Amino acid sequence: MALTKELRAARPPRPGALRRRNTLIGLSFVLPNFIGFAVLTLVPVLALFYLSFTDWNVFGRANWTGTANLERLLNDSSFWTALRNTLYYTGVHVPVTMALSLALALLLNTRLRGVRFFRTAAFFPYVTSIVAVAAVWNMMFSPDSGPINQLLAAAGIADPPGWTTSTDWSMPSVIIVGVWRDLGFYMLLFLAGLQTIPRELYEAATIDGAGAWQRFRHVTLPGLRPTTFFISVICTIGSLKVFDLILVMTQGGPGQSTLVLSQYIYQKGFVQNQFGYASSISVVLFLICVSVTLVQFLVNRRRNA
Amino acid sequence: MSLTDTRVTPDLRTPAAAGPGRRISFWRVLGYIALTVAAIGVLAPFFWMVLSSLKTNNNVFTVPIRWVPDWQFGNYVDIWTKSDMLTWVKNTLILSVVITFLQVLTGSFAAYGFSRLRWPGRDVLFLAYLATIAVPWQAYMIPQFILFSKLNLSNTLWAMVALQAFGAFGVFLMKQFYETVPEELSEAARLDGLSEYGIWRRIMLPLSIPAIASLTLLTFVNVWNDYLGPLIYLRDPDLWTIQIGLKTFIGQYNAQYALIMTGSVLSVLPIAIVFALGQKYFVQGIATTGIKG
Repeated sequence: MALTKELRAARPPRPGALRRRNTLIGLSFVLPNFIGFAVLTLVPVLALFYLSFTDWNVFGRANWTGTANLERLLNDSSFWTALRNTLYYTGVHVPVTMALSLALALLLNTRLRGVRFFRTAAFFPYVTSIVAVAAVWNMMFSPDSGPINQLLAAAGIADPPGWTTSTDWSMPSVIIVGVWRDLGFYMLLFLAGLQTIPRELYEAATIDGAGAWQRFRHVTLPGLRPTTFFISVICTIGSLKVFDLILVMTQGGPGQSTLVLSQYIYQKGFVQNQFGYASSISVVLFLICVSVTLVQFLVNRRRNA
Repeated sequence: MSLTDTRVTPDLRTPAAAGPGRRISFWRVLGYIALTVAAIGVLAPFFWMVLSSLKTNNNVFTVPIRWVPDWQFGNYVDIWTKSDMLTWVKNTLILSVVITFLQVLTGSFAAYGFSRLRWPGRDVLFLAYLATIAVPWQAYMIPQFILFSKLNLSNTLWAMVALQAFGAFGVFLMKQFYETVPEELSEAARLDGLSEYGIWRRIMLPLSIPAIASLTLLTFVNVWNDYLGPLIYLRDPDLWTIQIGLKTFIGQYNAQYALIMTGSVLSVLPIAIVFALGQKYFVQGIATTGIKG
């Protein structure tokens, strides 16, 4: 070490040697993490595409089966149910979560008292364990004597829903818990976005006679556009891959009313050991996530242009 | 709780102009109502969890709801004998410490290589991290499981370490932070003859304590709350973590509502404490990266 330092001080090294030295130092910093990451994440991601064209199960070797998995997928009614349910969850969860978390962020961006306490409280569901969350919500959703239906009955609703025991209400139940859990997280991101909008813009708008709604419409929303775009992407992907919430709350039931793609992958792969077929469902999930990201990216770019 | 904080109080800072003043106070009242309703909605499940954990089992579901607990602190004693809670907590703590340590160490080290050094191939490697962030774990958990089985990692705690210690998240968070540190600092140290490793250790590491705190807390919470990893990899009950243990307990004692809530409270409590102490770092960590890992 000391030697190289002296040499460097004596005369500038040839560019090639310096480049090589820099590369070596750079790699030495990056590799401890990158090797772990590459072996444990990158390799499985790449292997996924190969596996999806095989009939791998625990007993045999992987035989290349071409498009057989794909054909099976197209005729698999459980797969279509899982896909429909995933889109149902995403289609409701994303707009509701985004609207509510934006509303809360606007509320918290004011000088009301108790705002700091609320920011902490709203974020707490996001860091609590999904198992405990599911346990308590399942009890609260209990159709006969659970607190939610008792409150609904007290409010005069004669025939309250069966929540997680009903095929019609199980998905809304899961969505309610999903929104409750994610709200604080996205609220925090919106709040960070709101604080980047310069105060002068609001003052200028007020001087020009803009009311509260107009300020929101013409100052807040445009100012938040990068944040909104980012949130819409991660919230959509998060919803498309929803898994543990469903697994611990309803296990996909009753019937297949809350079966989602991730859980179907788990079922086929880890319960029935059909690794090849499960991988081809994984590829579908992967392609949906990537295309949604691309579409949102393109829409955002066109709107900015 | 501190809902009393949200009382409507006249704001002395606002000048009491006649017309607009009345309008503002109307909006303030509306704001406080909204805030109170939202706070109740957010906190009600936790209230119900603690309330039920202090009841006798028969009093959890009553018509009408009993809003006062029976103060059954015995539930908090029984749970330790009826379940392997101690083993679960021990395993989870071991994992949390090891994973957090590795994640912080390798993550901050790699972040230095990505943010402070220029070398060919750097951007390609970083792109590999970026690309996998868009790939849901659910999509590659199957090939990963096959790989881990081949490496004989399945059904060991090492599987959990391998799964979580080298995540892209730590690299991102630390890189974001390092990029806010002025380049002149490391440049000056370089001229003073400090090696790159020295700069990382003596300058970047001490400066990035807040970011390390964020990463430590977020990693700890992730490991503590992880359910899917242990579900797939830990078959042996001696290896179970708190989440998988609690879920099994719920399955076994599915009519012991009070005890289930006791277990839930215990599984949430450490996170609540960590969160209350390090709230600032959570918020910063999430605001800088926008992801949780």
